[in-house]
Amino acid sequence: MTLLKVENLNVSFRTRDGVVEPLSNISFDIDAGEILGLVGETGSGKSVTAQAIMGLLPFLDGRISTGRILFNDQDLLAISEKEYQQLRGNQISLISQNPMTSLDPVYKVGDQIVEGLKLHMTITKENARKRAVDVMTSLGIPNADKVFNQYPHQLSGGLKQRIVIAMGLCSDPRLLIADEPTTALDVTVQAQIIELFKRTTQERNIGLIMITHDLGIISHLCDKVVVMYAGNVVETGRVESVFTEPKHPYTKALLKCIPKLGMADRSLHAIPGNVPSVRTYPDGCRYHPRCPDAKAYCMENIPEIIPVKKTLVKCHQFTPQWRTAS
Amino acid sequence: MENIQTSENIKPPANRWLRRVKKLKSNMAGLLGVIIIAGLIFVAVTADFISPYSYKEQDFSIMNSPPSTAHFMGTDEFGRDVFSRILHGSRVSVYVGVVSVGLSVFIGVILGALAGYYGGWLDQSLSIVTDLTWSLPEILVALLLVAVVGAGIECVIIAIALTYWAQYARLIRGQILMLKNEIYVEATRSLGANDFTILFKHLFPNAIAPVIVAATIGIGQAIVLEATLGFLGMGAQPPMPSWGAMMSNGTAYLFISPWVIVFPGLAMMITVFGFNLFGDALVDIMDIREDTLK
Repeated sequence: MTLLKVENLNVSFRTRDGVVEPLSNISFDIDAGEILGLVGETGSGKSVTAQAIMGLLPFLDGRISTGRILFNDQDLLAISEKEYQQLRGNQISLISQNPMTSLDPVYKVGDQIVEGLKLHMTITKENARKRAVDVMTSLGIPNADKVFNQYPHQLSGGLKQRIVIAMGLCSDPRLLIADEPTTALDVTVQAQIIELFKRTTQERNIGLIMITHDLGIISHLCDKVVVMYAGNVVETGRVESVFTEPKHPYTKALLKCIPKLGMADRSLHAIPGNVPSVRTYPDGCRYHPRCPDAKAYCMENIPEIIPVKKTLVKCHQFTPQWRTAS
Repeated sequence: MENIQTSENIKPPANRWLRRVKKLKSNMAGLLGVIIIAGLIFVAVTADFISPYSYKEQDFSIMNSPPSTAHFMGTDEFGRDVFSRILHGSRVSVYVGVVSVGLSVFIGVILGALAGYYGGWLDQSLSIVTDLTWSLPEILVALLLVAVVGAGIECVIIAIALTYWAQYARLIRGQILMLKNEIYVEATRSLGANDFTILFKHLFPNAIAPVIVAATIGIGQAIVLEATLGFLGMGAQPPMPSWGAMMSNGTAYLFISPWVIVFPGLAMMITVFGFNLFGDALVDIMDIREDTLK
């Protein structure tokens, strides 16, 4: 059954220079037991999507202008902040992006892991501690009992990242949003954590939204993938179909950028140009300035997201109008 | 590289307050400040027992006698022992300093935190009130209060509390403004915490250090202000001795018995010096960044 359904989400932020709209027409859904990868370059709107689902936008001067977010068939835009607080950290957990600053410097890390539990259930101190230590151990934290009593500044980046992951997992949420949870970890630990995410999702039958720019993680871990570019979903589908047969020029370019061991050509591939900032989104298709196949038609018309074989693609190339256009 | 050993290599516990006490031990000036403050508190508490004479009993046979072995700070115009009066006078200073600054910190910190956290119209209106308060001269407020309710140390305390809170409000507002965008705030909110928890459990402890520093120095200022008001006759009422009032009475006999003014003045100077030293040391001791770097 569908755990989370995001429909035509548009998000706007009030800034000093006027209103900006970092997300437009984002749609995707995720079932229980499923892992969805959210991929895109920095500035494509991945983290804002996470914040929108968590209901954190009002605290950041942002709001959802149109669209719906359904969690277990409950409209998250219709509930009050108090009801949202009941969901956050209990039903939906967010693993924040930056482990170095996601921990409050004045509290022991153990107390911060336990805080989520204490906010949502009556649990004795010893039980909460036991549970936290269990989760910490399962994340490969050595001497979890001792680390529990340490302060954030005493831990290495990798340990902090795992503490942040433990904060998200401890309360046993139905939906977990992990915002680049493995960036500070080295590859061996990263593999362990990824394995743990996979196991947790299956065993507890929860949904996981994995935000990353590491396509390796997506292909290894995820069932579905949503490719984002400049606040748009440009391609979405099952990982197998998107990765074996990418349709959108951006997805193709992204996949080309993965360095492979033993490449004949030793130079790294890069997509020319930069992600446009939210104030300077180009007209028409937002990818056209960097697209090798762009025509004049692409600069003037905004593409619809249309089904092409097994995936959904937001590109003019697959429309008859484009073929005849100049 | 990922460092699995980190947790074992770390030096033992590192409770932040323990570490701060250690830092204080290596700070000579701060230590001197602590000794002065501790001495002041000791004197204020035990004044009844350690005073060689009563502070109010008059003995007209020894009026205005200079320092001697019997009265080593001399006597005042009623023949009272200056030393005993200074010891008792410390009570008024400590009481007014601590209570008035405590009250103003309490008011300032709550209003400042709310302003910084919620922003918007609340912030704007509270900031106007803060600025207005800051522009009020303490002495005029005290005069007004005296005119309405009569002289007394309560009056002094209220006057100080009503005017001093603005500086603490500004301080903590700035801190909260800076800290509320920290990612751990978002992380805590993602755990389901409400505004109250975020503000008072997470932002407060991170924001309070500079306020503690300012408040320590503020106690010194409040003691001086109390003396000033006492000098003008608006503070403690006779026969209760306060340093300011003692100096005020002494002015009439400045050239006959300067010791009546000199010794309370010295006592006050040393006291304020102690609070200032300790406050300056706290700036280093309370520095969170330094804690984090270790």
